[in-house]
Amino acid sequence: MTFGGGVDVGSTQTKAIILSEDRKIVARSLINTGANVSMAAERAFREAATSAGIAPEDVAYVVGTGYGRYKVNFGNAQITEISCHARGANLLFPKTRTVIDMGGQDAKGIRVGEDGDVKDFVMNDKCAAGTGRFLSNAAETVGLGLDEIGPISLGAKKPVRLSTVCAVFVESDIMSYLAEGKTVPDILGGVHSAIAARTVALVRRVGIDPEVTFTGGVSRNIGMVKALEQKLGLSVNVCDDSHYIGAIGAAIFALERALGGVSAGSGKLDQVSAGAPKSPLPIIGAQ
Amino acid sequence: MAQAAAKSDYQGRIHNLQKDMIGRYYANLTAAAEGKGKKAIYMLISGNPVELIEAFDMLPVYPEVNALQLAVKKQSLPLILAAEEMGYSTDNCAYVKADVGMYFADRKTPFATIPQPDLLLCNYVGCNVYLQWFEHLAEYSKAPIYNLDVPFFRTSGPEPLEDDVSYVVKQLEELIEVLERMSGKTLDYKKLQRIMELSGETGELWSDIKRLTRERPAPYDAYFDSVMMMAPLYCLRGTEDGLRFFQEAYKEMKQRADNHQGPLPEEKFRVVMEGPPPWPFLRQFRDMFSKWGAVAIASTYSTVGGIWEFGFRHDPQRPLESMARHMLQWNCTNRNFLQRYKQLKDYVDDWGADALVIHSVKSCRLFSAGQGDMREYFTKQLGVPTLLIESDLEDPRYFSEAQLRNRVDAFFESLEHQRTLVKK
Repeated sequence: MTFGGGVDVGSTQTKAIILSEDRKIVARSLINTGANVSMAAERAFREAATSAGIAPEDVAYVVGTGYGRYKVNFGNAQITEISCHARGANLLFPKTRTVIDMGGQDAKGIRVGEDGDVKDFVMNDKCAAGTGRFLSNAAETVGLGLDEIGPISLGAKKPVRLSTVCAVFVESDIMSYLAEGKTVPDILGGVHSAIAARTVALVRRVGIDPEVTFTGGVSRNIGMVKALEQKLGLSVNVCDDSHYIGAIGAAIFALERALGGVSAGSGKLDQVSAGAPKSPLPIIGAQ
Repeated sequence: MAQAAAKSDYQGRIHNLQKDMIGRYYANLTAAAEGKGKKAIYMLISGNPVELIEAFDMLPVYPEVNALQLAVKKQSLPLILAAEEMGYSTDNCAYVKADVGMYFADRKTPFATIPQPDLLLCNYVGCNVYLQWFEHLAEYSKAPIYNLDVPFFRTSGPEPLEDDVSYVVKQLEELIEVLERMSGKTLDYKKLQRIMELSGETGELWSDIKRLTRERPAPYDAYFDSVMMMAPLYCLRGTEDGLRFFQEAYKEMKQRADNHQGPLPEEKFRVVMEGPPPWPFLRQFRDMFSKWGAVAIASTYSTVGGIWEFGFRHDPQRPLESMARHMLQWNCTNRNFLQRYKQLKDYVDDWGADALVIHSVKSCRLFSAGQGDMREYFTKQLGVPTLLIESDLEDPRYFSEAQLRNRVDAFFESLEHQRTLVKK
């Protein structure tokens, strides 16, 4: 039996997946990334191998993805999470044409082809507005856990209208609504609706075609699922493994390479990780 | 695992020549700063009338070039912070802030001491920040200022309004009077014509060099290597030295093209680049593309000072009119967005590009506004894969390497994947 491994090192959490030859998930693991990125990657991968009941060496090929992909030292190749989310979504929901991914620091929209290839993508730029960080700051301000705010937001009767989607300024906005006597569900309803509006506006730049698959850590938040569906006027695909979709995509690439099939995504990523030629700096003036 | 490709060898003869010539130019600036040189005329890059300055044997000083040099040498941030302490906003143009910071640091840089201006010739007013930049410098230095009011290229056709041409020519005549008063000499028309001839021949060679990147592989990178040739184009245009540089540059690039030498061991993707580079991180930025085998075959940034590859030449028979046309029509910054689209589309079609890469500049809204629409137009209407990324041309605080790398990697991964699908 050939196994392929995918390790998605995100800004907040690290996810590992092991796929069997028939593309079934045989193990998954999830840990907080923390300060030591290489160690987090290795730990997540070892935990997954253990839960699959195999030795790490039994995994024929490992692909690293996410911001920490270059720290997956034991991996065979690195592929961006954009390509991996597209492939992962394609495995779980083959009719996916649009991926909305919301993670700790990123929000992105990916237009996906029939075989899970990336047609176009767009991401938030150097600003955490509308990402998981915005939600965790909001949760902290109202004194709730990140996993609690989604269900509570569904109880909103008159969601407030937030004037900001800034992950920093949201705190003072929430404080002033609390001072005005607004209820926590109404405030959280406003928080989710504001982010959904921003994300949908972002993703519209690549075009939104059904089916839409929602991935990344924030996809576990039912409040955000509902808020997105409302803004889109479409239902979105989510499942228990949505959070792992980047790692799943990485594992598909790994499996394909292990089996020597078409190496979709990127033909020669090994070359990339081996280091590109250093190009001399052009001289603009006297040195 | 595949072997890392060999280093490219394009660091050729002209790099040394450029170093010598621009070194001499900076030595002239220092001499002027020490009171032993020519009169210093501050000017802006976009379509400037440097030929007139040369005709009066004066020295052009380009605050933009100085600012980008400071950034390349990683000197810009303390100067930007000094300007912010004075009250310049974080959102202000970072070129302006680095220059103002440098002005108040005794105008000393690692490459030259910049002379005080004898005249501030604000030749590009399309950017209102630039207008104020020169007004601030006038306030600080007490030097006289002359604002050349160059209207935007506002027609939808290929030619500017004749009224606009004569409006600019009139101002150039007025500028000649200003320069005559400053120098105590009348304009030597024959000398001006000779300078125009030199500029014309320089433009011809530069145009030929730019058209060489239509070859496969392109003999040099039309973004990262063009910037090396832009310094002589701006600082030395209209001089014998400037012409000699471009004669050598053409020879070297033509030879490279004939030998099928490119800047990288393998040219895998041909891209058109839009927007200025992030000067403080030029090497890191270049490497993000090199590792994918991506070579720029054309760039709009190399045309902010002038567009020569579509036929414009300085004309010794009509010196003022051709200078006016250079300012109005034949530089990228004075054009409207639809004309910029056309320029980019011509590069994609005639030079043969696989994709467009837009590098948006955080502290320059003038050049960057509308690039979101540009991306839409190229991806959705023309079907040209387009990447939009953002940092800054001068301020290192806006450069987020991990984020940029992620986008660049994802973009080329998807292009490479599209190719495997086509081959299947």
